[in-house]
Amino acid sequence: MRPKLRLLADDLITRILDEAREILSTLGVEIHNDAVVTLLGDHGAQVDREAGRVRIPGTLVDRALESAPSGFRLYDALGQETHDLSGDRVYFTPGSAAINLLDPESGEMRRPTTADYIRFVKLVTALPHVASQSTAFIPADVPERISDSYRLYLSLRHGVKPVVTGAFTIEAFEVMKDLQVAVRGSGEALAEKPLTVFSCCPTAPLKWSDVTSQNLLDCAAYGIPVEYISMPLSGFMAPVTLVGTLVQHTAETLSGLVISQLAQPGAPALYGGSPAIFDVRYETTPMGAVETQMIDCAYAEIGKHLGLPTQAYIGLSDAKQLDAQAGIESAMGATLATLAGINNISGPGMLDFESCQSLEKLVVDNEICGMLLRLAEGIVPRDDFPARPLFEEMLREGHMLIAKHSRTHLRSEHYFPGATIDRAQRSRWQDEGARTLRQRAHGEVERLIAADTGPVLAAETLRALEDLMVAEARRHGLERLPAEEN
Amino acid sequence: MEILEKIAAQLQQGEEEEVAALTQRAIDAQIEPKQILDQGLIGGMNVVGELFRDHEIFLPEVLLAAKAMHAGLDRLKPLLEAADVPSRGKVILGTVQGDLHDIGKNLVGIMLRGAGFEVIDLGNDVSPERFVQAAKENDAAVIGMSALLTTTMPVMKQVITLLTEAGLGSRVRTIIGGAPVSGDFAQQIGADAYAYDGANAVEQIKALTV
Repeated sequence: MRPKLRLLADDLITRILDEAREILSTLGVEIHNDAVVTLLGDHGAQVDREAGRVRIPGTLVDRALESAPSGFRLYDALGQETHDLSGDRVYFTPGSAAINLLDPESGEMRRPTTADYIRFVKLVTALPHVASQSTAFIPADVPERISDSYRLYLSLRHGVKPVVTGAFTIEAFEVMKDLQVAVRGSGEALAEKPLTVFSCCPTAPLKWSDVTSQNLLDCAAYGIPVEYISMPLSGFMAPVTLVGTLVQHTAETLSGLVISQLAQPGAPALYGGSPAIFDVRYETTPMGAVETQMIDCAYAEIGKHLGLPTQAYIGLSDAKQLDAQAGIESAMGATLATLAGINNISGPGMLDFESCQSLEKLVVDNEICGMLLRLAEGIVPRDDFPARPLFEEMLREGHMLIAKHSRTHLRSEHYFPGATIDRAQRSRWQDEGARTLRQRAHGEVERLIAADTGPVLAAETLRALEDLMVAEARRHGLERLPAEEN
Repeated sequence: MEILEKIAAQLQQGEEEEVAALTQRAIDAQIEPKQILDQGLIGGMNVVGELFRDHEIFLPEVLLAAKAMHAGLDRLKPLLEAADVPSRGKVILGTVQGDLHDIGKNLVGIMLRGAGFEVIDLGNDVSPERFVQAAKENDAAVIGMSALLTTTMPVMKQVITLLTEAGLGSRVRTIIGGAPVSGDFAQQIGADAYAYDGANAVEQIKALTV
């Protein structure tokens, strides 16, 4: 049996969905993109051009739910399947789009560079429980206009795992799509084996910007999966109650689903989000708050009720350092998300709300993920019955250390964490330098990055990627790409 | 020599029968028994020890490798004895008087046997007199003592005192282990070594018996 968390009673889910549909059909959503407004209007939505609002009838929601796929797969840069985003399968993705990096030497947050980004990509390649890359932070040594495509370029050039990413502008989509086509060989091959997921964020309350709604259309056209990232803030840009926040999240997410499915029926998408409560003491959006995590798990339950694959920004922390708070909040969120069966769990590595990535924290979080993947497997009998022969053997041999039963099941029954998690006898720990968690994590970061064996793509593909990126950089006044090493 | 490398490699895989057969082949090929032991069996076991320390392999693999080593050793033993090659030495083990906790001590025993030591396990609740007597009777190289209770730790000191009084202080080395004891405590009571786990005990005892 897979252990499972449930937060919402069935009739509450139904009620939240009814209320969200009511809001979509009466108040509607504000959409700042003519093509999207026209698309919705052509299919029966009521368009109020003056107020910029589009009222979406329940029939459109029903149609979208009917054509939306219940899951989809992702494939790495070499075309190997890595994700089956469906059912209760969980996969972990580093938190994305941070503006800062926690520097392990100084302990301070600073703007990251290209070289930092490449180190991050190599680390992600090496971490077994982090299933995908994300465009995790924004290198500050290129112009902002290309910072989105440049991240994806570096991820594809130096990494192998699929990439959770997003475009900051409408124009950037083109080159970000071209980079993926260069990896796969053709647009059709890309649609057949998706390589990325684009995060597309409505604006609370009930709004779609020009860029994000256009991204929905563009991704649908190329079969690139999206995740809708609705971000209601309880008590500020959403009702203070968790149920009220869920109604808003549902309305915003369903509006995104309708746009994608009208653009291309069957377009792959994750029912996702990054909601939070609003802390009225500090004017912040705590991702480590238990209520934030409850909203995440609850909307995922609604998504599952609708038969859709899910995503959430959860398992990250508001702490400013790799400290106990970072551990508490990350482990608690990731545990709840795993038990909720959220398919794509975005969070590992992240600190300071969603604004700082840490390579050391990513290594620690990788261990949390490993433990949770074990938890998700639950407790199942493995050659345990009848039990008597096992006990006879133990009484005969004196121990079970080399019993066939032990050898067969040891590594699947027990998860063995890496060097970051300390399980040594105290004296051994002292002998080995009495290293703190941060020191151990840093050691692992350096060891794993040093072991990277370089790009995996063919030389001509790498050249094609570089040509695309150099041309894009030149269009934005950058003659040469930054050095890849410090 | 190729065959000795093969022995070492098969031993690391825990291939009992392969190691026995290869050892026999090496003997038949007139390779020095001491060389088969050092480069083949012990050479392979040393690699296993390193891999275990680095967490590349775990306890079960070590014990399987140890079993394979014994399979080879069985073929080699008569020749070694004939050639008068000294064995690794005997170790007396026990949980000290007043203490019934023996899980850690048992693990040390399993690991020591795996490393080629002869182990005489006196069990738990062992009096100082029995430790010393067993050491004398067996001509042991090492006494290993274990305690879990802080109240039984002083017995370790009594064993060492008694050993000195019996005139064995310089010949029989002592090592202690268990949750409440430490390297500092070992020094305080005049024990020769302290080990924090089974693998560490093997390393320490190897160092004591060089």
